[in-house]
Amino acid sequence: MNGIVKTFPGVRALDGVSFDVRAGEVHALVGENGAGKSTLMKVLAGAYRADAGSVEIDGTAVVVDGPRAAEALGIGMIYQEFNLVPDLRVVDNILLGHEPVRGAFLDGKAALERAAGVLAELGIILPLAAPARRLTVAQQQMTEIAKALVRKARLIVMDEPTAALTEREIDALFALITKLKAQGVAFVYISHRLEELPRISDRITVIRDGKTIATHATRELPQEEMIRLMVGRPVDAHFPELPPVAPDAPVVLRVNGLRAAGGVAVDGVSFEVRAGEIVGLAGLVGAGRTDIVRAIAGADVPTAGEIDVAGRRVAVRGPHDAIAAGIALITEDRKGQGLVLGMSVRENTTLAHLEDYAPRGFIDRKAESGITSEEIAELRIRTPNGEQTVRNLSGGNQQKVVLAKWLIGDAKVYLFDEPTRGIDVGAKAEIYGLMLALLERGVGIVMVSSELPEVLGMSHRVLVVREGRVRAEFARADATPDRVIAVAAGVAA
Amino acid sequence: MAGDASGVKAALEASAGDAHAKQNRALWLRAGGALAALVVVVVAINYFSHGSFLTAVNLTNVLRQITYNAILAIGQTFVIVTAGIDLSVGSLIELTGVVMAGFANAVPFGGPGLVVATLLVGLAVGCTAGLINALPVVKLNLPPFITTLAMMLMARGLAFKLAHGRPIAVNSNAFDGMGTGFLFEGLLRPLGLPGIPVAVLWMAVLVAVFAIVLTRTRFGRYVFAIGGNEEAARLAGINVGLVKTMVYVISGGCAAVAGLLLMARFQSGSPNTGIGSELQSIAAVVVGGTSLMGGRGSVVSTFFGALLIGLLNNVMNLLGIESYTQDIVLGAVILIAVIVDELRKRYLRA
Repeated sequence: MNGIVKTFPGVRALDGVSFDVRAGEVHALVGENGAGKSTLMKVLAGAYRADAGSVEIDGTAVVVDGPRAAEALGIGMIYQEFNLVPDLRVVDNILLGHEPVRGAFLDGKAALERAAGVLAELGIILPLAAPARRLTVAQQQMTEIAKALVRKARLIVMDEPTAALTEREIDALFALITKLKAQGVAFVYISHRLEELPRISDRITVIRDGKTIATHATRELPQEEMIRLMVGRPVDAHFPELPPVAPDAPVVLRVNGLRAAGGVAVDGVSFEVRAGEIVGLAGLVGAGRTDIVRAIAGADVPTAGEIDVAGRRVAVRGPHDAIAAGIALITEDRKGQGLVLGMSVRENTTLAHLEDYAPRGFIDRKAESGITSEEIAELRIRTPNGEQTVRNLSGGNQQKVVLAKWLIGDAKVYLFDEPTRGIDVGAKAEIYGLMLALLERGVGIVMVSSELPEVLGMSHRVLVVREGRVRAEFARADATPDRVIAVAAGVAA
Repeated sequence: MAGDASGVKAALEASAGDAHAKQNRALWLRAGGALAALVVVVVAINYFSHGSFLTAVNLTNVLRQITYNAILAIGQTFVIVTAGIDLSVGSLIELTGVVMAGFANAVPFGGPGLVVATLLVGLAVGCTAGLINALPVVKLNLPPFITTLAMMLMARGLAFKLAHGRPIAVNSNAFDGMGTGFLFEGLLRPLGLPGIPVAVLWMAVLVAVFAIVLTRTRFGRYVFAIGGNEEAARLAGINVGLVKTMVYVISGGCAAVAGLLLMARFQSGSPNTGIGSELQSIAAVVVGGTSLMGGRGSVVSTFFGALLIGLLNNVMNLLGIESYTQDIVLGAVILIAVIVDELRKRYLRA
């Protein structure tokens, strides 16, 4: 790709990006949120048309004017949110659009053979006859890769492929990528998990503000240097110092015997959070951590147990009760649960506390605009103004709008579910700083995170969850990665 | 740092003001273009209809004819913004009309008291039907297409049963003013103008009130939020069930008001006046640019959608186009309207 330029109303998303990928190479693309990675990817996929610049394959300039053209050119895209049809069988998903036929009819037997052949080639096993909705995240990803291979992809673009995977699943993915590399398949690998790049990538291109900053061989680019290139200034990649919890700090959240029937059943969970304290919930994906915070916030209604906020019993029958009691849940899935994408920054910011901005039912737009401008300035949300539609913001800035929505409410307890998933180091540091500022207000924080260093680095206490129950509790000093993982995996207590 | 932040804030507010100004300019520009096109079309139509289109009497008639559809379409707009649909409104015109006519004949009093009492009875019937439409949608997550389709059949059947298959003539003359009366007649007649039909005033008031409800109130904001992302709305503490119930109740209430005006106009409550009205109201909403996917829409646009359809019908009548051809043209216009709207949105996004 050479000198790619793409502008949106008010935003120059790409401003001359160039890079090349060789056969059998994994080329990592890194940059902060809003740097232009996603836009670049969409240009490559044919979802957007570039305003200037060229795309060349094997030295020939090509026009990618739609997903079909991308497919014909051997470009396979694997987005962070997968594109599987949940009710179709895995085999049908793999062969979607390429179903073998006999005359006018589908040839089911040939389809199974073909899909099984691709899987054998990949050396993986998938339940071909099961509907795609039953697959784990890792299995869905494998299905996407198989899908790309059926389409004879020679270049596979992956966006944050490891964001939702466990360590073991990541190992399997990397083994698969290595195998395909040997067969000459090239990869563009977009990731925020910088520490995994030395394991998987051959070269790294850093993008900032829609421009190519540098391309280096991975082994010649130490992590600190990479971060410096990404943000354009040196950043402390480590976690901030947590202020100690005062010995007499009051308990702001007490949960006792909580049960709920969410995706994973919450099975009698009890714990306390004090003012100025961050309690981390660690555990494997599917352990029930998200289900615990969802039950506390009324997103799933608890079936048993007690919830006290600042010493007062709260009957949580829905999100409204929890919000009224001072509980704020910042969900992990911002597009599905956090934001109304078609609404403006202003409308999203005030959505959960509109009664404060609508005395007697009529909305006071001036007050709304005022608080929105304050939050934009305080959180440094990159948007032309509060009237911008949230859909047009980058992922990190959308996440900040979700935060703004809950910050204006002065809650007593903040439940953060994967607060930094899919966002870059710079924005991560900002969110950690924000959590510290919240602690100073005297709130209590519960944080769910799949990134072990984050849980260990940003929590006063760590609770390890497995199968919907708290299995162990560690003080910060005792919470070592091996101990936590042992409990999470069910090897210890 | 604080100074910096307040500077940023001021800049943001200025920029928001700019954005408003730009939006307004774009709006006026678009409106201006549309207006110019309208003038050309109107002059042409007037020429071909030998001057019978551009008369105060004819235009007043158009406004009166669209009253019922516009009022139905107001309620329909609320429902569609939540990504729902209400197929029962046509039948509810009939059911409320029949019940109100029966009620007006059964009570011993007349005058304005009778009009108010009849309206309240009609609203009770219409809103209850809306509530019944909403409950399975809200409690069991059933598709509104099905629940309102069922209500459409039940309400029509009930109207026929209650009326024994024939229109119920209204005995009282209390509704004459509402059905056929004009406002400011004394003032406007000397100027050669017919005055403002009372029914048109009802429509204007309802459009204004519900436009404000949808754009300026908390309830209106919640209607948009639910249509845009129901789960995000729920997690923001919004009582999604209540808001959704309310939009179907509003729609039922609008059907009752349209039923009353229609009853007053024809001096009877009839069980077959509303056939096809539900689709007409949906057409008005869609031609007005509201998305059937929910999350976007406007009462004022819906009014203009209804007006456009009404003008089109009127013009075709004046030009002597036969009714089958009229249906073909109307269908084509609806299709073109939504295609143009979609293309315009894509253009604005790119």
